[in-house]
Parts: sequence; C-alpha cells; structure tokens
Amino acid sequence: MSTTAKDQILTFVRERYPQAEIDASQDIFALGFVNSLFAMELVMFVEKTFGITIPNEELRIDNFRTADTMASLVARLSADLAVA
Amino acid sequence: MSVIGVIGAGVMGVGVAQNLASTGHDVVLVDKDEKTLAAALATIERNSRMSRLMGGPALDADEILSRITTAVGAAGAAKAEIVIENVTENWDVKREVYETLDAECGPDTVFVVNTSAIPITKVAAVTGRPDKVVGVHFMNPVPAKPVVELIPGFHTSPETVERTKDLLHAMGKKAVHVKDSCGFISNRVLMLTVNEAAFLVHEGVADAASVDEVFRGCFGHPMGPLETADLIGVDTILYSVEVLYEHYADSKYRPCPLLKQMTDAGLHGRKSGRGFYTYDSN
Ligand SMILES: NC(=O)c1ccc[n+]([C@@H]2O[C@H](COP(=O)([O-])OP(=O)(O)OC[C@H]3O[C@@H](n4cnc5c(N)ncnc54)[C@H](O)[C@@H]3O)[C@@H](O)[C@H]2O)c1
Repeated sequence: MSTTAKDQILTFVRERYPQAEIDASQDIFALGFVNSLFAMELVMFVEKTFGITIPNEELRIDNFRTADTMASLVARLSADLAVA
Repeated sequence: MSVIGVIGAGVMGVGVAQNLASTGHDVVLVDKDEKTLAAALATIERNSRMSRLMGGPALDADEILSRITTAVGAAGAAKAEIVIENVTENWDVKREVYETLDAECGPDTVFVVNTSAIPITKVAAVTGRPDKVVGVHFMNPVPAKPVVELIPGFHTSPETVERTKDLLHAMGKKAVHVKDSCGFISNRVLMLTVNEAAFLVHEGVADAASVDEVFRGCFGHPMGPLETADLIGVDTILYSVEVLYEHYADSKYRPCPLLKQMTDAGLHGRKSGRGFYTYDSN
C-alpha cells in the first residue's frame, strides 16, 4: 500500500517538474524552483487520490517535503481510518 | 458593528475577504451569481486550512467563514462603511458596478478600487463622490503579501486616504503611495515583462519553463513571469495590457496574440487549471 502511494506521489511530482531528477527522498522544496503554492496542490492531490482528509495539525510543510514523508503520512492516516 | 463590502469574488475578492475576516472584520462578499459565491467560500475555506502550510498563520476556517456573508449584486453592499471593489479588469464592468454602488451606498461610504491599471480618477468620475474614491492595488495572494500600492485620485480627500490607511493597517498591510497613473508602479513594469515573456513563447524562442528558469536561476526571482501570469490569471494580464495600450496609446503595450488566444481558449492559469502550465485544480 505505502509503496504504491509513494509511486503515485512520485509520478505526480515528476509530471509537474519533468526537467528535474526527483527520487523518493528528494526534498522537493529544496530544489529551488518549487514554491509553496505547489504544497497546496500536493495536499489536494493526496486527499483526492487516497480518499483521506488531512487534519489541520498534519498540514505542515515537513509532511510534504519528500514522496517518502507523504507516503508515510498517507499510511498513518489510512491506519487511523482502519482503526476508527 | 460595521461591515466591509467586497465586490467581486474572484482571485482577488477571495483573498481580500479572507484577509479582512482573519483580522476580525465582518465582510459582505458580493458577486454576480450564487454559484461563484459558493465556489468563493469553498476556496476561502481551503485557503484558510492551507494558511500555515503556505508560511502564514494558523487560521480557523470556521471562524473566518462565520464573519463572511454573501450577496448577489453590488446593491448587497449598501450598508457597508467601506467597499473594496475587485471585479473584472474591464471598464464597462467596473463603470456599471460603481454606478450601482454610488446609488445604493450611504454618502459616507468609501470606495476602494482594486485594479491592475485603470486610473483611479477615471473611476471616481463615474460617482458623485470623487473625494471618497481611492485606489489600493493589492498583491496576489492577498493574505500573503504585506505591501500594497495606495493611489489617491485627483479629488480624493485626505480623510479618505486616512480611513483607507487605517483599514490597511488593521489588515496588516503597509502602503506605498503612488500618484494616480495607468498601471501605477507595479504593472507599468510587470505587465510589459509578462507580455514580452509571452512573445518569447509565441515566437518559439523558448518554452515557458525556460523563460521562467532564467528569471529564477539568473535573477533570483522566486517565480518567473509566466508562472506569475498563471497566478494572476492570463485573462487579467491581457485586460491589463489592453488598458495600458489604450490609455497611453503607445504601441510598446501591444498585447501578445498568444495571450488573446489563451484567454479565448479558457487557459486562464491556475484558476482554470491550465495556462502556461497545467495544474491539479479543485
Ligand atoms: N489577479 C491578480 O493577481 C490581481 C492583482 C491585483 C489586482 N487585480 C485586479 O483586481 C480585479 C479583480 O481581478 P481578479 O483577478 O480577482 O479577477 P477574476 O476574474 O478572478 O474575478 C473577477 C470577479 O468579478 C465578478 N464580477 C464581474 N462583474 C461583476 C458585477 N457586475 N458584480 C459583481 N461581481 C462581478 C466576476 O464574476 C468574478 O468573480 C481586477 O481589476 C484586476 O485587474 C488582480
């Protein structure tokens, strides 16, 4: 589950920034050409793709820096969903 | 409790309403139809949620929305103490809105014109209160931009300027004073830059990503001119360049045909999901 989430997220990011080489541990906001508006697009993409609502306290830039951190956020929130 | 009228619930109206509500003001947000207003409230809710992520303060979306009521038609702002107008950058559209506002609002209501290029004196002349009309060129996204241009028209009174400065101060804005002229400081320069950048793409000299990379990488700008065009709205860029072209009657402001085609094709930038780049909107 979390591998697929990671792949889907990476595909989305790579499609937007085809000129850059981006792997799962790359901090995309450290690339120099990704601005904070893209963070908002990431939130919307993640919520729509994985059917989750990210709680306000998780809407921190650190959760969206890399495909890895986004995938673990998705895994964490999906686990919460399964428990609830 | 006094209320601030915000006319036009597009890119700018949404930002102005959110900024006002988050600084404790009651707002009536006005547009032409219910559908636009519903979409505007959804955008305000989303942007409030994202505020901290974007480097702003943490905001309570429910509290912000509780301060905003909506109305269809400019007459909905009749009771406002100050009206901030952000309708489409088109003279006929703005003129009609000011005629309605002038007829409906009380004699002391101040009209704040948020325009990219239209001279404030020209707007004031449509009303019977040219002393109470003043220009404020807000920057986009409004809640994230601490500086605005403040433009008194020919007849604007010092009291009107003071009342406007007080409101701007309460909204967390610093005002740079500019004399009334078409395009002020910012858009005399920025619109020509964006227009010329569009010509580069139109002529096939470079693609949009390369144009923007030069501005970011070589000049250290946080965003290139074409990303900026997508943020502002490609249609709004075209209308602003057209306003400059007509006003100065100077061919240096001739709008790039690509901007016209993109506007006709609905490629309006971020707000429509596609402009010079494609976005995952909604
Ligand atoms: N987009 C920017 O970055 C930016 C920055 C500074 C200033 N401005 C200026 O702000 C103004 C608004 O720009 P925008 O980008 O928000 O445009 P927009 O196209 O996103 O929104 C304009 C809104 O005005 C509404 N409207 C049109 N006629 C109306 C009427 N008669 N009554 C009520 N509402 C009406 C439209 O339905 C639309 O929702 C323009 O004058 C523009 O030049 C824009």
